[in-house]
This record gives sequence, C-alpha cells and structure tokens, in this order.
Amino acid sequence: MKYKFEIICLLLIVGLFALTQIVGNQFYFFIGFVILQYMVMAIAWNVLGGYGGYVNFGSAGFLATGAYTAVALINFLDVGLVEQMIAGGIIAGLLGLATGYLTLRLRGVYFAIATLALAIILETIVAHWDYVGGAAGTSILPKRKPELLGELIVDRKEGIFGNYKEFLFFLMGTVAIICVWISRYIENSKLGRGLNAIKDSEEAAECMGVPTMRLKLIATAISGGMMGVAGAPLASYLTFIDPLSAFNLEYAINAIAMPMIGGTVSWAGPVIGALLLGTAQQVSSLWIQSELNLLIVGVVLVVFVIIAPEGIIGWFRKSRKGSAR
Amino acid sequence: MSEALLKVDGVSKHFGGFTALSNVTTHVSQGERFGLIGPNGSGKTTMINCVSGLLRNEEGKIIFDGKDVTNLKPHKRTGAGIARSFQIPRPFHTMTVIENLMIPAEFVGHHRGEKVDDRAEAMEILETMGMAEKANDTTLDLTQIELRKLELARAMAAKPKLLISDEAMAGLTGQEVDEVIDILFKMNERGITIIMIEHIMRAVMRFSQRIICLDAGQLIAEGTPDEIVKNKDVERAYLGSDDDG
Ligand SMILES: Nc1ncnc2c1ncn2[C@@H]1O[C@H](COP(=O)(O)OP(=O)(O)O)[C@@H](O)[C@H]1O
Ligand SMILES: [Mg+2]
Repeated sequence: MKYKFEIICLLLIVGLFALTQIVGNQFYFFIGFVILQYMVMAIAWNVLGGYGGYVNFGSAGFLATGAYTAVALINFLDVGLVEQMIAGGIIAGLLGLATGYLTLRLRGVYFAIATLALAIILETIVAHWDYVGGAAGTSILPKRKPELLGELIVDRKEGIFGNYKEFLFFLMGTVAIICVWISRYIENSKLGRGLNAIKDSEEAAECMGVPTMRLKLIATAISGGMMGVAGAPLASYLTFIDPLSAFNLEYAINAIAMPMIGGTVSWAGPVIGALLLGTAQQVSSLWIQSELNLLIVGVVLVVFVIIAPEGIIGWFRKSRKGSAR
Repeated sequence: MSEALLKVDGVSKHFGGFTALSNVTTHVSQGERFGLIGPNGSGKTTMINCVSGLLRNEEGKIIFDGKDVTNLKPHKRTGAGIARSFQIPRPFHTMTVIENLMIPAEFVGHHRGEKVDDRAEAMEILETMGMAEKANDTTLDLTQIELRKLELARAMAAKPKLLISDEAMAGLTGQEVDEVIDILFKMNERGITIIMIEHIMRAVMRFSQRIICLDAGQLIAEGTPDEIVKNKDVERAYLGSDDDG
C-alpha cells in the first residue's frame, strides 16, 4: 500500500487523542509532553547532524527562540497556542537559515563551536530584553476557554480537552509525528541523499554536482524550524519562562545524545533514542536531581560511542546482517 | 579536434606568500587526450582544483565550452561538463558502490532535464570498469585499485565532456596501470576529452596526444610525448626532484 506510513501516522494521532480522553492521571501527560518535546528536538537535530554530519551544539538556542517568540506573541497579540507554534517554527527556521549562512562555511568542530556561541549570544540578548521578562523571567497565564476554528478546546466541562496538560500533550505528540514523517521523507529524498554525500565528503559531493551550500541551508532551516515549534509551548507548559529554563543545557545535550544512542542514519534512531533516554530520565528524575541526570546521559552516551557507535539501529542492522550470512 | 574545450588563461594561485601556480596558460582541445605531468608539489592538483572550482584562482580565467566559469561553484562546473577524480580517493563511504554513482547521476543528470534510468546507466559504467559484481558492496570493502576505479566511475556518472583523472595510477602494479589506461582509452573513444595527471611517465607517454609539464607552479614545456621526452627542461625538473619520476 502506497500510503501505509501516512495511515499509521494518522492512527497514532488518533491514538494520542484517545489517550487524552481515556487516561485520567494528569502525571502521564505532564511527563509525556517532555519526552515528546525531546523527541522533536532529537529528530530536528538529526536532520542536520545525522544526515548531513554537521553537529549543532546550540539546539537550546533554537528551542528558546520558539519559546520566546511565543512569549512575545502572547504579550503582544494574545494569540493561541497553535499560532504560537507556527510562528515559533517560522522565526526559528529563519534563524536557522541566517545561522547557516554565517556559519556553514565552517567545518567540523568550528561549526559546533559557532552554534554554541549563537546560543550564548541569544541567551544574553533575551536576558536583557524586559518585554519578555528579562533575566528574572515572566509568568504566562494560559488563556481561559481558548478556541480553535470556532471550537472550545480547553474547558473542564465543555472543552475537547479537560485541561491544558492534555491539550499540550496532544499538540506535542502531533508535532512529533509530523516531524517523524518529514524526517523520513527527507531521508528517502534527493535532499537526504545529497546530505549523506556531504557527510561522507563535502568536496567530492560538490564536485559530483551536489549544491552543498543550498542543501545545508535547507537542512538548517528545517532543523531550526522544528526546534522552534518544539519550544513554542514551553512557556504555556511551565506557566513561567526564564532564560535558564529555555536555554537549558539539557536540551542541547539530549538533542545530540538521543539520536546518537538510537542511531543517526535513519529517522527511527532519534525516535528510539528519545523514547528510551527520555523515559529513563523522567522516571529517574522522580528520585534524583537533574544534574545527576545529565551525568547519567553522559555515561550512557560514552558507553554507546564505545560499544555501539552506530546506535541501536546500527547495532540491530549489523546483527541481522551477521545472522543472514 | 582543433576547437578548445578548456582554456586556462594566465591562471595564478597563491597560498599565503607561496605561489603554487604562476601565470599558467594552456588549452585542451575537444576530444583530446591531454597529459599533465610534473614532479611532486609542482602544482598539478592545484591546477585541477582551479579548473574544477574547489579553489578559486586569484588571477586569470578558466574558460570551459566557450563560457567563463572562473566564478562558478564546483557543482555548477560539474553541471557544465567538468568531472574529476581525486588523487586520494574520497568515496561516499556510507554508501554502496552503485549508490556512489547515483549521486552524480541524480544531481547532474536531473539538472539537465534528462529522464533516464540512473541505476541502469550506473550499472553500465560499472560494467565497463569491470566493477559490476561490486555494485552492492560498501566502499570500505574495496581494494586500492577498486577505489581508484570507483573515482573514475563516479566521475563518469556525471556524464562529463571533460574528465580529469588525478594520479589514478599512483601505487598500482604495472598490470593495474594498464587496466586503468584501457578504461581511459575507452572513455576517450566515446568522445570524452581527458586530462590525465600522472607521475608515472610511461603511462602518460602511452596515453597522451599532447602533454604539458609543470615545475614549481610554472609551465615549463608543452608538446607531443616525443617532444616532451627530449625536452631538457623536463629532464632537469625530474632529475632535480628527489623522487622517482
Ligand atoms: N590548500 C593548500 N594550502 C597550502 N599549500 C598548498 C595547498 N594545496 C597545495 N599546496 C602546496 O602547493 C604546492 C603544489 O601542490 P599540488 O598542486 O598538490 O602538487 P602536485 O599535485 O603537483 O603534487 C605544494 O607545495 C603544496 O604543498
Ligand atoms: Mg597532486
């Protein structure tokens, strides 16, 4: 069947919706949102890092761009969540394009450092921008009785969703599934093949007709845009935002660690990595503090780099090949 | 044969204070088998980098097929019909052999609005190279000569008018060298103009119709293989260098 994957995606979205209607314990939506947000970050990072081989250390900067675009929009226009996410995606996508234009001439570790610097610059700017709360941060009160296309979305009695946690969970899940679809599409497209060639040898790719600069710019824009969408609902989720939470190092590290652990060559890698690492982190965070959590991520990453450098996907492929022989 | 496909016009290239190419002027005719020789470090690869666009020459012009390509990016030049191999093979190492050929087939072929079966064409190229049974191997499993052949095969998949082979034979055995020369002859018979860069004199002499010799970035001789063999400057350049030209 031609549209098998698309149908599975739609069914998953329906499934997510069903969960919000059936499951009563809000705690699951609370941590589910975080795992799904990490999943989007991991998928986004992998478009540039996994397919194209350009390591972005500044993922938190793109996520925060989405988050603060939303905050600015709430302050300025009082628009709804969906509009915030679209705007966050566009602004972060444009930022990706601009960053790419400035930094993609750099290779390897220099590019990675440039992206890190970008995140630091953005954080400094936001910390001095009082309209969005500055360094102290600002509280965000979710809109009461929000509507989308004339429907009452969140309301305890008459809304589609009983509360904001359910709505946010459903939104982030839908975004994650759309990002899965996009990254799978890229992987099997001319863009994906061109990015792979760039990863293997940029000079050879360019000399074999691949417009390397253009493909890298497209990849940074898509990657940045996805991260912006993931970041836009952050303020609504926390009901508070400050530079520390938006530019959290955990985003940058997980965005790299999750694809590396799952496997960077395929769309499924970041998804598997986010599900495993994200769930493990959320569960363990019930008992241990977040600094220790980062340490665990680091250790797991080192272990993977040593015993399964191509991630879980690569490990599975290899063992299947081995048994076929 | 008389019409120039490639003109290199007064090209100079500097790396900091070092002059790697100094005011080189030459041309390659349509359909020609052209040899580029010179001792190690004389600027052969640098000249090819300027022609293919990986390096920009500070002075002079590169004219290809009647158009000034001096300021074009490499992929645009490939689209115009220049394809090259790399002296140190740079395969797409996460791909299979045939996937390596599919990259230029897809990116250059599509560019020209051609609608053809890329895979079948790539397979045909691999067959002429004697690489057909390696099509689905990863490049990590290839031997040195197979990697050199892959470099040429991948360049061929870009459907070039001009194919530049940068020392495809260094380090190969005598029999392997003959094999590569045969492949280049076959491509030339199909109407592709070929620049062969080589350190091994015997190979270039047999293959080329016309040869130029670089020494320390300067063009020191130009002529038929016979003329080059007798040229005193060429002899001096090769004797003066401490490697075994
Ligand atoms: N990117 C570069 N940066 C600095 N020097 C270079 C570069 N490429 C080549 N060179 C220098 O230019 C000279 C010519 O090199 P090259 O063209 O590779 O010689 P050949 O191919 O004839 O052996 C050498 O001295 C080499 O060290
Ligand atoms: Mg060389």
